[in-house]
Amino acid sequence: MINFNYTIWILLIPFLMFIFLGLAGHKYFPKLSGILGTSGLAIITILSYVTAYKYFFVSEKIEGAYQKIIAFNFTWLQFTDKLHIDIGALLDPISVMMLVVISTVSLMVHIYSLGYMKDEKGFERFFSFLSLFSFSMLGLVLATNIFQMYIFWELVGVSSFLLIGFYYQKPSAVRASKKAFIVTRFADAGFLIGILILSFNTKTFDFISLTNPAGSAITQGAGIGFLGLSIMTWSMIFVFMGGVGKSAMFPFHIWLPDAMEGPTPVSALIHAATMVVAGVYLVARMFPIYAIAAPVALNVVAYIGAFSSLFAAVIACTQTDIKRVLAYSTMSQIGYMMLALGVSGYGGHEGLGYMASMFHLFTHAMFKALLFLGAGAIIHAVHSNYMTDMGGLRKYLPVTHITFLIACLTIAGIPPLSGFFSKDEILAAAFHSNKILFAVEYAVAGLTAFYMFRLYFSVFWGRDTHYHHTPQEAPATMTIPLIVLAIGSVVTGFIPFNKLVTSDGKILESELELAVAIPSVLIGLLGIGIAYVMYRKENSISDKLAARFKYSYKWAFNKFYIDEVYLFVTKKIIFRYISEPVAWFDRHIVDATMNGIAAVTQSVSFRIRGFQSGQLQKYAFVFITGAIMLVILLIYMWK
Amino acid sequence: MNTGIPLQYFLILATVMFFAGIYGFLTRRNLITILMSVELILNSVNINFLAFNRYLYPHKLEGMFFSLFIIAVAASEAAVAIAIIINIYRRFTTINVEDVNEMKY
Repeated sequence: MINFNYTIWILLIPFLMFIFLGLAGHKYFPKLSGILGTSGLAIITILSYVTAYKYFFVSEKIEGAYQKIIAFNFTWLQFTDKLHIDIGALLDPISVMMLVVISTVSLMVHIYSLGYMKDEKGFERFFSFLSLFSFSMLGLVLATNIFQMYIFWELVGVSSFLLIGFYYQKPSAVRASKKAFIVTRFADAGFLIGILILSFNTKTFDFISLTNPAGSAITQGAGIGFLGLSIMTWSMIFVFMGGVGKSAMFPFHIWLPDAMEGPTPVSALIHAATMVVAGVYLVARMFPIYAIAAPVALNVVAYIGAFSSLFAAVIACTQTDIKRVLAYSTMSQIGYMMLALGVSGYGGHEGLGYMASMFHLFTHAMFKALLFLGAGAIIHAVHSNYMTDMGGLRKYLPVTHITFLIACLTIAGIPPLSGFFSKDEILAAAFHSNKILFAVEYAVAGLTAFYMFRLYFSVFWGRDTHYHHTPQEAPATMTIPLIVLAIGSVVTGFIPFNKLVTSDGKILESELELAVAIPSVLIGLLGIGIAYVMYRKENSISDKLAARFKYSYKWAFNKFYIDEVYLFVTKKIIFRYISEPVAWFDRHIVDATMNGIAAVTQSVSFRIRGFQSGQLQKYAFVFITGAIMLVILLIYMWK
Repeated sequence: MNTGIPLQYFLILATVMFFAGIYGFLTRRNLITILMSVELILNSVNINFLAFNRYLYPHKLEGMFFSLFIIAVAASEAAVAIAIIINIYRRFTTINVEDVNEMKY
């Protein structure tokens, strides 16, 4: 058995860095804090890679399956003998893979931020928040039990809140951070209910005993039913609700586009590559329960994933804010991952979707971080978020241009880039289990290629915009992460995921299915072709189309009015019919009682205030006389 | 353990000092004098401690240590009190307690 004890440092380093930079950074080394944070993360990255190497290639398999290893575990809160909350690190293929993803992307974002955030106020605050985020995200993926995951899940939410609201003087950023926090918090309430139901039924928090396919949790946990579904199914649907919130799936997606108010590196790290896939990770973590004990809940996962991916892709085609396009594309890609999990089965060839989902999570983290960082470089150069202000940038930003093109080709699924392989696995998995979902995803693949290249062509080609000052290529700290991630996007497709990350830890035999791969490449190319015709040169095709389909365009442009629906429900229904009566009760019954007590006290005290003369010596006299009298009393009583 | 002076003498001295202190504390209007009276009270207690320690439990040291603590506390208390008095003087230009009565109802 190999010793993985050192993994505790993966959690400790960012946590200490957060405290250190947060407390001391501002005063002592505002300039150095970026370097410190980045080097701390570099150490974590090295540790993660070492862990991944040792886990996948050195530690022995049992019956050809990767084992789940508890690196360390200690009781954190002991309520009773049976009820206790542990903190620990669980190593299994997905958590090790997530370690690699998080540390890599986070390191790139740290390096990038050194350049991007250079002259910002609160530089050290930014890095300490980034460390907090890394800590919470790593703790989330390493969690040994569902409650630890929940704790870190909330911590991730808090750091996301802090980072979205980083520009706290900007009202829109403040609004966005509040919105993100409240929406995800609302969804997390479902998660908590799910955890409680689940652990009440199974008497354990521990992932290993929960997800053991032969264990009592899965075989006997079904329990009594409610509304025609078993308790297990209900609890898994509630748990998935938390995932829906964090991963910005319909209908809790409304916070993600607004979250783009945060600094761009944050969008790349949190709202594209790592935090938003926490929901996917959650489902993958609980996957044996979903697949074996709660297939209905798994269907919910699949349909929500598919719907979200289509929904987001349609909206992405109409948006003009470059970061919002990317945000919707993130939502759409996460929908893919959810769908892949949803159509998957446990073990053997049935587990293709699971593997595909994890594979896509991995490649998506690379290319989406690249896209966001590229978008950051563009915004940095142009000082605008809107595609309408851009055009012809390929001349000014050569490095950004090339890397952005690679990322766009990757997300469009053009071979031999990584997105092609992972998306193909997902489509194949969908093809084998549900033809309708496959059709939806097939259409989304085309839409994805279209809106990404719409973005690409109108930013880098299109009309030649005149800029007030010539846009300049970003400094090396910003371009190096772009290049590294571009290389990552190209090569990660060749990682043999079917041998490493599968639902049951065994090798999954899968090969490229040409029947799926060729049409998916073709529709990708079709999408690119349409985008080329419409946006390569300045022309009015897009405007004509928008005018032709005026109403549907308007719907999509306004994000199908989901935000307005939320506002209507909260303001017109919840506030008016629930909050206002409650507020009235609070003001006129609860507060009035308290005010009455206060008034009585006040009138009494007005009467007796004469005793308080303010002369200390009078008080002292009373006190001493009393003391002497007590003494005399005591002496005589004694006798 | 007999030094020639009976214990009662110490106790009488301490009692006289104590009540002198109490009297000063109650009747004086000058803050500094009040402070001095407090010191008198504390010191009379000290004498009590030492005398009892010496006469009743000559092999133990608790009484000694206690009076040492009291001396230390009295010193810091005097410092704080004088600082307060100075501030009061700056604000009211007087250290007569009867004129400093803003805290009364």
